[in-house]
Amino acid sequence: MADARVSPATIPGKDKIVETVVATARASYGRLVALLAARDGDLAASEDALSEAFAAALETWPKRGIPTNPDAWLLTTARNRLINAHRHEAVKLRGMDEILRRMDAPSAAREPIPDQRLALLFVCAHPAIQENVRTPLMLQTILGLDAAQIASAFLVSPTTMGQRLVRAKAKIKAAGIGFKIPELDVLPARLEDVLSAIYAAFGTSFDAVAGSDDRNISLAEEAIFLARLLVSLMPQEPEALGLLALMLYVDARKVARWGPDGAFVPLKDQDATLWERAKIIEAEDLLVRASKLNWLGRFQLEAAIQSIHIQAPISGATNWAALRSFHELLLAHRPSIGAFVSYAAVLQAMGQARSALEVLFSLDAGDVSAYQPFWVTLAAAHRACEEGDAAAAAMERAIGLTENPKVRAFLLSHRGD
Amino acid sequence: MQFMLIMNETEAERSKRDDPATAGAYWGGWTAFVGALHQAGIVINGDGLQPPHTATTLRIRDGKRVIQDGPFADSKEQLGGYFIIEVPDLDTALEWAAKSPAASGGSVEVRPVMPPPPQG
Repeated sequence: MADARVSPATIPGKDKIVETVVATARASYGRLVALLAARDGDLAASEDALSEAFAAALETWPKRGIPTNPDAWLLTTARNRLINAHRHEAVKLRGMDEILRRMDAPSAAREPIPDQRLALLFVCAHPAIQENVRTPLMLQTILGLDAAQIASAFLVSPTTMGQRLVRAKAKIKAAGIGFKIPELDVLPARLEDVLSAIYAAFGTSFDAVAGSDDRNISLAEEAIFLARLLVSLMPQEPEALGLLALMLYVDARKVARWGPDGAFVPLKDQDATLWERAKIIEAEDLLVRASKLNWLGRFQLEAAIQSIHIQAPISGATNWAALRSFHELLLAHRPSIGAFVSYAAVLQAMGQARSALEVLFSLDAGDVSAYQPFWVTLAAAHRACEEGDAAAAAMERAIGLTENPKVRAFLLSHRGD
Repeated sequence: MQFMLIMNETEAERSKRDDPATAGAYWGGWTAFVGALHQAGIVINGDGLQPPHTATTLRIRDGKRVIQDGPFADSKEQLGGYFIIEVPDLDTALEWAAKSPAASGGSVEVRPVMPPPPQG
């Protein structure tokens, strides 16, 4: 099949070939995996077949040239590997022949293959799949990240992560979890699972108190890619728009988090001219679009909170009253430890440190024992109440729970303030 | 489950102990981390160690004692201290390892403690 669509006159150099294979892999990996696996739910076999197809491309394309439709070439090759691997099951792949036949038509040489990635996202975040493997599954099947990369980001041993992924894929196949968009009656809950799984790759965005944003955002780019994908596939879902807006707001500020000497710079001291304007404008647009859809949810509220923080340098003052209202709405919608601590930080900044302490003390001691933002916020509230010893003890605890060495250094040098 | 957190430090990190400009932050970070471990109620035991040059290493080869000054091997990172902690699983042990100052100033090896051998 491939030969017919190659013109030998255009065989480029080896570097160019590798470049094309890499670019194709990045753009099409999830699309191809989703399509291959949609037939029988066998993600592991589909991924294996696809990586063999990519290897074959690196072997074949330098000799015969890059096919007109690289996706179709890869799909055919991967499909043939799957058929060879499960000869008796070949019938299950028959539907793909029709897709390939249409793509082979001259007019369709550059037509993209059908997109099953939305169904794949819902499969990855299915309630039957353990919560701690949903995000890793998305990162692997849609983006092609390997288990070791994912393990590092989630602070899990690579062997453990590999086993979790293998087990989850076996479960998807064995349980017959269908590659389809959930029915309307369960869609909101299922969508929330997808959104939460994407957000988990991003890390938290808690930075209301200086030094409480000790987060790992090493997968921010991947999370934003997934959220963009979701928005493009479900443009009318306000919470998907809200999630993308939230992550763009936080990501826009990342360049300003580290000073010229590499030291940590808290939100209130950041040079706002360093913030990425394009991302902020995009986030504002997304939030406006979401608000017109008349369905308020957690991610829109969190994005709105970020929007207020972003506006502070422009308007010259933080609109604390609005922040307070949005936090109260957020707590009504979706109470969480992070939201309570963030709410307490707002109260403290508004001069209501006693109320902030009440909110903090209402939380379960076991839930907050290793939660760094709680201790930073508690220290700030105690300090505002002029309870020096309690403030120092809370700050000591916060420093001991801080993972990022630059944030630790910042807290150590400011603990007497 | 019990795990040993084996804290390794580079020479550059360890020398922060002795430089007045860096000693405050060095010890401040460690004191806070050790405090947080204890307050979480997970410490079985643990200690920091004197620097590697204070070590004396002994081995017996062909029935002969061989004693040398210094640690067993010269490597980029040397043992600086250890903790044995009781936590539900490896994931939790890794969470704590990440919060240790050694994670950024060297490395932390996390190993399960061997259960006592079955009695005969």
